[in-house]
Amino acid sequence: MIEFSTWDILRNLLLATRWTILLSLVSFVGGGAVGLLLLFLRISKRKMARAFAKYYIELFQGTPLLMQLFIAFFGLGLFGVDVPAWLAAGLALILWTASFLAEIWRGCVESIAKGQWEASASLGMGRLQQMRYVIFPQALKIAVPPTVGFSVQVVKGTALTSIIGFVELSKAGTVVTNATFQPFVVYGLVALIYFALCWPLSKSSQILERKLNVAHRNH
Amino acid sequence: MNYVFEFGWLAQYYPQIVKGVLITLELIAIGAVLGISLGIFCAWARALGPAWLKPIVATYVELIRNTPFLIQLFFIFFGLPSLGLQLGELTAANIAMVINLGAYSCEIIRAGIQATPKGQFEAGASLAMSRFETFRHVVLVPSLQRIWPALSSQVVIVMLGSSVVSQIAAEDLTFAANFIQSRTFRAFEAYMVSTLIYLCLAVLLRQTLAVLGGFIFPRRLVR
Repeated sequence: MIEFSTWDILRNLLLATRWTILLSLVSFVGGGAVGLLLLFLRISKRKMARAFAKYYIELFQGTPLLMQLFIAFFGLGLFGVDVPAWLAAGLALILWTASFLAEIWRGCVESIAKGQWEASASLGMGRLQQMRYVIFPQALKIAVPPTVGFSVQVVKGTALTSIIGFVELSKAGTVVTNATFQPFVVYGLVALIYFALCWPLSKSSQILERKLNVAHRNH
Repeated sequence: MNYVFEFGWLAQYYPQIVKGVLITLELIAIGAVLGISLGIFCAWARALGPAWLKPIVATYVELIRNTPFLIQLFFIFFGLPSLGLQLGELTAANIAMVINLGAYSCEIIRAGIQATPKGQFEAGASLAMSRFETFRHVVLVPSLQRIWPALSSQVVIVMLGSSVVSQIAAEDLTFAANFIQSRTFRAFEAYMVSTLIYLCLAVLLRQTLAVLGGFIFPRRLVR
């Protein structure tokens, strides 16, 4: 039997961590783009658009991410396309992330005082202009801490993609366990690597929030 | 797309689905009660507890909140037996859920405790209550009431997250879906049906917790 040192295990896990990081980045950036689109629909003046965004968010927040992954993985196959795991994983995570980011950002936009909308409207700005020059710059400031905080959920969400066969940190953990028979060490290390990825994000979100609270204390 | 949807298997396999739903409900019922209890204890320890306990609880909370539930589950189910602690899959799933919800609800409840006006503590002290008595009889219930909506959402999130316990062969709803798709090869339909059931469970659970909140906190919160 081959002996594995802790370094062998750690090295292989770290190699797989690249895919966790890449998938997190893709999901976060893609989810941000789709989320922005959803946000516009959610606060649009058209009833249909608002209802669509509302039900989209309800659907994606009310069902398990794992089920969404399964449906993306097996459902896309119905169209005759051979779906690789990375595509299903990326797609499901982007749509899932979008639903949460849209809802977080809606809260930020709605917390901007109504007078800001009225003032910019009185200057003859169109809705897009109001958004671009008046509302967004202010909403952005409030949105940063919760958005960074949610990125932790995205990194943790990527762990589920191991179940549909995407090889990232969690899947590598399973594979290495099967080779070394040391689940305690391997899953311990996997957890620590996830911690090393997520904790800086959590911490910076907390610090940003505290800064924001200090800036807004006199209001 | 020339795929014909077929739901005929439902007639044969619905007992599996019902069993899966019951196990999912059982997991979240036990998980919620014990998890919130653990959360209350940890919140007390972090906000008002002895100094030596604070860093321990803080480490626990940060560790759990910054690692995926799936890995926590694998660590408990596959990792702990090498320390001589062999657990059944349902027990492991339940422990993982309690530990997970405990950490999240700790932070939520702590926010509720810290939002308590100082006057409440002083009023308790002026009635010669000890710090713990003040917490128990004056601070705790309004604190919970303050954060009940946030706590309810967290319980729903943990319920949805519990779908991964199928990975250690705990026979919940997702396990039933996997079982059906491996028998009938009707993957899309099986996951579609179980996803819809999860959606209904999430909506129902949210409603139940809202009604429950009305019962536990009959008095309006005084601000």
